Amino acid sequence: MSGEEIEVTPKVTEERIRKYLEQGKRFDGRELDGFRKLTIEKGISKNAEGSVRVKLGKTDVIVGIKMDVGTPYPDSPDKGNLMVTAELLPLSSSRIELGPPKFDAIEIGRVIDRGIRESKIIELEKLCIKEGEKVWTVFIDIYSLNDDGNLIDAAGIGAVAALKIAKIPKYDEKEEKVIYSERDKSIPLRKISPFAITIHKIGNNLIVDPTKEEEDVSETRITIGSSEGTIHSMQKGGSTPLKTEEISNAIDLVEKIWKELFKKVEEQLK
Amino acid sequence: MTTKGYVRKDGRKNDELRSPIKAEVGVIPNADGSAMFQIGKTIAIAAVYGPKKMHPQHSQDPEKGTLRCTYNMNSFSVEERIKPGPSRRSTEISKITEWALEPTLMLDKFPNMVVDVHINIIQADAGTRCAGINAASMALAHAGIPMRDMVSSISVGKIDKSLVLDLDKYEDSEFDEGEGSTDIPVSITHSGEITHLQLDGKISKEQLMEVIEMAKKACNEIYEIQKKALKEALK
Amino acid sequence: MEEHKRNLVIPGEIITEGDNYLPGEGTEKRGKKIVALRYGLAEEINKLVKVIPLSGVYQPRRGNVVIGKVNLLTFNGWVIDIGTAENAFLPLTETPRFVPKDRLDEVMEIGDIAVVKIFGINGRGIDLTIKSRGLGRIDEGLIFKINPNKVPRVIGKEGSMIKIIKDYTNCNITVGQNGFIWIKGDKIEDELFAKEAIEFVTEKSFMEGLTDKMDGWFESKGAVKRESKRYDEKSEEEWGGENDN
Repeated sequence: MSGEEIEVTPKVTEERIRKYLEQGKRFDGRELDGFRKLTIEKGISKNAEGSVRVKLGKTDVIVGIKMDVGTPYPDSPDKGNLMVTAELLPLSSSRIELGPPKFDAIEIGRVIDRGIRESKIIELEKLCIKEGEKVWTVFIDIYSLNDDGNLIDAAGIGAVAALKIAKIPKYDEKEEKVIYSERDKSIPLRKISPFAITIHKIGNNLIVDPTKEEEDVSETRITIGSSEGTIHSMQKGGSTPLKTEEISNAIDLVEKIWKELFKKVEEQLK
Repeated sequence: MTTKGYVRKDGRKNDELRSPIKAEVGVIPNADGSAMFQIGKTIAIAAVYGPKKMHPQHSQDPEKGTLRCTYNMNSFSVEERIKPGPSRRSTEISKITEWALEPTLMLDKFPNMVVDVHINIIQADAGTRCAGINAASMALAHAGIPMRDMVSSISVGKIDKSLVLDLDKYEDSEFDEGEGSTDIPVSITHSGEITHLQLDGKISKEQLMEVIEMAKKACNEIYEIQKKALKEALK
Repeated sequence: MEEHKRNLVIPGEIITEGDNYLPGEGTEKRGKKIVALRYGLAEEINKLVKVIPLSGVYQPRRGNVVIGKVNLLTFNGWVIDIGTAENAFLPLTETPRFVPKDRLDEVMEIGDIAVVKIFGINGRGIDLTIKSRGLGRIDEGLIFKINPNKVPRVIGKEGSMIKIIKDYTNCNITVGQNGFIWIKGDKIEDELFAKEAIEFVTEKSFMEGLTDKMDGWFESKGAVKRESKRYDEKSEEEWGGENDN
């Protein structure tokens, strides 16, 4: 809708957002460190080994896990493979153009990949079928359905949730075929929840879970992948610098939010 | 079994639609109009953005607006993962979808503008392009686009010698006995005009005419479901 | 068909049938049938049948007060995006005070939001003015968008609904016919409250007697009504003006 252009950082709105933040308020009445309502719908795509639909306020993403058997990487002949991709569907926002993936989609994929990979949540050694020859590859594919800000965190929650509920298909070693219709065991996972939580800086304030409007006005952000206080990955985005103190505050904020998110996600996955 | 009386795996009659059939509008808040359509295990979502200014300017049509459709299947919507990104198949289906919907749209009211329709398949069990068209037609109405009529879409076909309605994946791509399977996706406006028709297989003229009548009847049923979803959008 | 009764219709649906009926906006006559061409509420008054759309882009009309964003400065004016495909242009000559050609950016710059009025629509595009009271650049406030089809509901008959919202929230509110709304209050809480009220009205827009229910809604939220000192009976612009139909 061509009216959408009005909502891209008009100065008036930017000033209003800052003014509100200084008084600890946001347009939707949330606290600076408040997450929007989180819902996780399990099994939304039955052909996937595991799938979820995550809604964070109006932001809506679906994450699906597919598995296949292939050859391992030469430098890890006894480990399974992991591949994370994200697609920003034109469905999800009037701002998305058609064509090959733009930076935003690529960044989301890579940031979530790093978070999952570095946390070692997937016990890749247990996904080896025949060393040097056959291993499982776990594909985590992320699609945005509605972009109202903070796709990264929603995608991260989706990736972790989907992994936890996914089931591995049977592999017929003789026929060298994956039998998708028979799935029984869960993916071997360590008992951690490496959520990606992004902190945004607007003026002198740090906020979490921005709406699209707030995201437009955000000066810089830092995504931290962690579980129970252990940091596995970090990515700073945007060109405004951060003071060391701000990074320290961000990490504290992430730890606090991780605990709340962990509870909410466990509840939704029951 | 290659008898004339083909017995469907899910126990359906030859002229019976799959179930459940679900439809809902307003599923994508950012979009100007949106809808979800499910038939059996096939689930499609459509979102409409527009009418809006068309870029690049040289693509603008001063006589009427342009309809642009994209069709995309999620990697995990099928059993064997599809690599994300467009394919020849999705490009073809995007065009077919445009042709199926355009006759009902009053595009002359929007010169130089474009209406974008984006279809996404969340779960696939054959009949995805039809589900996409059903969702798209609802989404276009939901978006307030001036339209002469709704479009409903279904696949009909022939399994060996039997004429059937709404083929599932097994019937569409795996059945391979006797005369094999013929798959015919059709889209029909509520007033009975055919805006889309494709065919893959082997069929006589009489059988084709018979199966089109089957499709018309089914499309009336689908129309009622689309209408109900739009009318129930107001809480 | 019951007169004045409103039914929700979809494109292609037959609203009514008969020689006497005339096809109004959003409908066409096929033989004796009046058929809907839009998704909306069908209404029949004195045999004229029309469909009031529930959705769809903003249709600009002369006299509309709208809120838009400055996209471009030209040598003699400002190009403003008001959510239509046609360009909307505010010429130098339509400002309340004289503006020299090299000082355009002092009045409004790219990215500024302004309340403007449509004074003409022609083949070239939409002509705007900011000559009247209540028009011009917005210096501060909360701006958000609603479905333009709901604007008449938010304004209410002769401004009755918007007046109630202003009285209870003590805010200045300008409702653009294109769906953009500007709220300015002394306190953030007041602005957020006004936004909440407006969003409530848009959600329940099809409900009958909504205006009467608003007193109850506000009271249940603990709000106190006070005659807003800011509301000037004479200023139509303040609440966005009405459609010219």
